[in-house]
Amino acid sequence: MTSSPIRRAPDGRFKLSLSPEERDLLAGLAPRMREVFADSEDPVLQRLLPVAYPDDADRQTEYRLLVQDELMESQLGALAVLEETAGADDLDEEQVLAWMRAINQVRLVMGSRLGVSEDGSENPTSTDDPRLPAFAVYHYLSELQDDIVGELSAGEGPGDGAERDAGEI
Amino acid sequence: MSPARLSVAPAEVTAPTEVREPEIGQDVRPDKPWVVIVWNDPVNLMSYVAFVFQKLFGYSKAKANKLMLDVHQKGKAVVSSGTREKAELDVFRLHEHGLWATMEHDE
Repeated sequence: MTSSPIRRAPDGRFKLSLSPEERDLLAGLAPRMREVFADSEDPVLQRLLPVAYPDDADRQTEYRLLVQDELMESQLGALAVLEETAGADDLDEEQVLAWMRAINQVRLVMGSRLGVSEDGSENPTSTDDPRLPAFAVYHYLSELQDDIVGELSAGEGPGDGAERDAGEI
Repeated sequence: MSPARLSVAPAEVTAPTEVREPEIGQDVRPDKPWVVIVWNDPVNLMSYVAFVFQKLFGYSKAKANKLMLDVHQKGKAVVSSGTREKAELDVFRLHEHGLWATMEHDE
């Protein structure tokens, strides 16, 4: 068994156990995502910058003008953290949260392009399928994301937030 | 009883010294809440979605998991509600986390 790629240490920092190849892969994600964000014609942007008011075109236009740049900056900021800290030994919690958001953005783009579905019927069945490398990266990022979420959740004590849970939504 | 109705009650019956007058163009449903809806998608991990609900809204693990399962199994779930401004902020934060969120007026 390989060790967990990320582990919360007693001092609250998150230790990374990643190979040089994994770190190269992660550092290379941000430049590719910046290209995606720069191409306003790319339909995958609709998934990265979703519509808030699907039934109200006027309000949607207003909302988009108000927040789209801020949302894009926030997303690019998370990707920059991943790029800058891909070689680090450990991360603080803010950086781990940025990794989590950055990796999820990449998964959204790759998932859209690979046609990922609930039942997994899109998975290649042939070993010479040209999409195999992309699927391998997608599944690698999914596992890393799940490990990150697991370590972040491990810090939450039982009943956390319970006092704010009294009011039903 | 709606607030707008108070002012048309006959004065000799109710005899209040102050009666609320409706203003022209006033929204008679000022407190109608907005709801924030998260929709199912095949990419976001279930563990991740539940974690985001806990982190953004301070929900317990149990409540966050229930909402996540509603999204997954029913296709969508209302995850928060409030004023339009609050709903817009919640939608923004959900979009920052890659969740497919929209907002609309409650029924």
